Amino acid sequence: MRSLLTMLGIIIGVGAVIGSVSLTSGATKQVEDQVSSLGESVITVFSGNFTSGGMRGGWGSAPTLTLEDTKAIQGLPYVVAISPEVRDREQVLANGLNWNTQVMGESPDYPQIRNWDMASGSMFSDQDVRSLAKSAVIGKTVADELFPNENPVGETIRIRNLPFQIVGLLAAKGFNLFGQDQDDIVIVPYSSHMHRITSRTFVNSIQVQAANDKVINLVQQEITDVLLARHKSKEQDFTVRSQLELMQTVTATSRAMGFLLAGVAAVSLVVGGIGIMNIMLVSVTERTREIGIRMAVGARAADILVQFLIEAVTLSAIGGCIGIAGGVGFSTIVAYLKDMPTVTPVAWIIIAFVSSAIIGIISGFYPAWKASKLDPIDALHYE
Amino acid sequence: MQTNPVIKLAEIHKVYHTGEVDVHAVRGISLDIFPGEFVAIMGSSGSGKSTLMNMIGALDRPSGGNYLLDGIDVSTLDRDALADVRNEKIGFVFQGFNLLSRTTALENVEMPMLYNRHRIQSHEQQERAMHALDLVGLSQRADHPNQLSGGQQQRVAIARALVNKPSLLLADEPTGNLDSQTSIEIMGVFQKLNDQGITIVMVTHELDVARFTKRMVILRDGRIVTDEVVQNRSIAENELQRLRQEQQAVKLAS
Repeated sequence: MRSLLTMLGIIIGVGAVIGSVSLTSGATKQVEDQVSSLGESVITVFSGNFTSGGMRGGWGSAPTLTLEDTKAIQGLPYVVAISPEVRDREQVLANGLNWNTQVMGESPDYPQIRNWDMASGSMFSDQDVRSLAKSAVIGKTVADELFPNENPVGETIRIRNLPFQIVGLLAAKGFNLFGQDQDDIVIVPYSSHMHRITSRTFVNSIQVQAANDKVINLVQQEITDVLLARHKSKEQDFTVRSQLELMQTVTATSRAMGFLLAGVAAVSLVVGGIGIMNIMLVSVTERTREIGIRMAVGARAADILVQFLIEAVTLSAIGGCIGIAGGVGFSTIVAYLKDMPTVTPVAWIIIAFVSSAIIGIISGFYPAWKASKLDPIDALHYE
Repeated sequence: MQTNPVIKLAEIHKVYHTGEVDVHAVRGISLDIFPGEFVAIMGSSGSGKSTLMNMIGALDRPSGGNYLLDGIDVSTLDRDALADVRNEKIGFVFQGFNLLSRTTALENVEMPMLYNRHRIQSHEQQERAMHALDLVGLSQRADHPNQLSGGQQQRVAIARALVNKPSLLLADEPTGNLDSQTSIEIMGVFQKLNDQGITIVMVTHELDVARFTKRMVILRDGRIVTDEVVQNRSIAENELQRLRQEQQAVKLAS
C-alpha cells in the first residue's frame, strides 16, 4: 500500500507524459495525414494579385502564369510531375440531373501529384491533352449526385452544353484541412478547359511535384528564379508555396501544446521523485537494524548502497510501467470517446521508462548513501 | 604441539571520544583463544565486555594494541576489509536474534552467502543453508521467523552464523531473551557445535550460562581480572534432565 502511494507521483507523471504525448502526436499525425493527402513534396505556384484602381484581388486573380511558364518549370531538375491548373465553377448536367461543381483543367500528372488513386477507369492521357479531348474524370461526390447507384465511367456529362465522356472515377478523399469537399470535382484536360469551356490564355496555378522533401526548397528557389527571369518584372507577380511550409504552420500549434503538456508532466515527475526520496529516507530509518545485521554478516557499504538503490529504482520503474499503461489507456479512452486519433510513439515509452528509472536512481541515491554510511554497531543497537 | 591462536589480542585499548570526557572502555587486554575453545567473557555492565566483543567481532577497531584474527591483523583494516573479515571469519549470534522478519528462515540463513566475495551458486547456497539448519536441529522448519518460538529463532540465528564456515562463533548474550529451559537447550546446541571443533566466544553476565563453557574470562573496568578453566562444567543434557525432574516434583507436590 505504501509502495503504491510512493509510486503514485511517478505513475501520474509518466501517465501524464504518455497521455499528452499520445494525444498531441495523434493530432499532429491527423494534420500531417491531411496535408500529405494534398500530395507529397508538392509545390504550388499561384499567380499574383490582380490590382485595378486600388482594388486588389486574391491569389490567382491576375493573369500572370502561362503554359510557357509551365514548360519552363518542367525543364528544371528534380521536377518529377507538373500540372497547370485552371479552375472554374460550372453547372454540370447528366442523367436528367444537374450539379454545380468545381471544374478543373489539369494535366495527366495530377493524380500522381495529389497522391490520388482511381476508383475505376483511368486518367485521361497526354494524347487527350493534345487533341483537346472531351474526356473527364470525376470525384465521388459528383458521381453520387449525378449517377446515384450507377457506375459513371463511360457515361457522358454536359458542361456548357458540351458532352464530356467520363473516363475515370477518383477514389474518395474526404474533406481537406480547410473543410472543403475534395471529392466535389470534375477534372478535364487543361487544354480542353482553356479552349472549350473557358477561353483563357493563363492558368490559375501550377502544381509541381519535387523528387523528395529534401530538394523541395531548392526546387522552390529555382522556380522563383525562372519565373522572375521570364516575367522580367522586379516585383514578384506570383507566389510559390510548398506543402512542407503549410504542414509546419499547421503542426506548430499542436507541437507547442504538446511541449506545454510535457512540461507540466515533467514537473509532476520531479515531484514523484521527491516522494520516492522521502519514503526511502523513512525506510532507511525504519530498517536501520536490518542494515546493521547485513553489515554484521559482511555486507560492504557498497552492497547496502546497491540494495537501496535497486529498491528505489524498482519502485520508480514499476511506477513508470503502470504510468505508461495508464497513459496509453487514458489516451485510448479519449480517442474512443472523442473520436480523435492517438499515436503513442515507442520512443516516448522508452523515454518515459528510462527517465522514471533515472529518477529512481537520483532520488534513491541520497537515502541509499546514508544507509551505507551507518556504523554497524550503532545500527545493530538501534531501537 | 602448539597451534596458532584464532584470536590473539595484545595490549588492546579502546577510547571513546564522546562529549568532553574521554571514556577509556578497554585498558590493555591481552588474550589468546585457540581453536576448539569455548570461552565466556563475563563482567557487569560498564566492564568493557561489549566493547571488547565489538572489536573481536571486527565491528570496531581498537584505539591501540594489536588484534590478530586467524593470522590477519584486523586493527589496520578499512571498512570494506572489515566487512569481508566478518563475512568469512566470524559468525554472529545476538541477544535479540536479529533475524529479518520479512524473509523465511532459510533465506535468513542464506543471507551471509549473498555477501561472499566469491559467488556461490544458488543451489549450493540452499544446500549449505539446509545443512546449517540441520546442525542446529531445525531442518524441518523453513518458515518465517515470526512464526517460530524464541528458541527456534535463536537456532536459525546460529545456523546463519555457521553457514559461511567461520573460524569463530561470536555470541552476545545469546540466552538473554530466552526462558531457562530454552536457554539450556541453546547452550546444548553450542556445546554440540563446540564438540565438533567450532571455536565459540560468548559474552554473558549470567554465571549459570557461563558454566556451560570451558573457560571463563571476567572483566572489570576494562581489564581482565580472572581467566580460569570452568570447574564443575554444566552439561546441557544433564541440566535438562534435572530441570524436568524438578518440574515433575513440583507437579507431584501440588
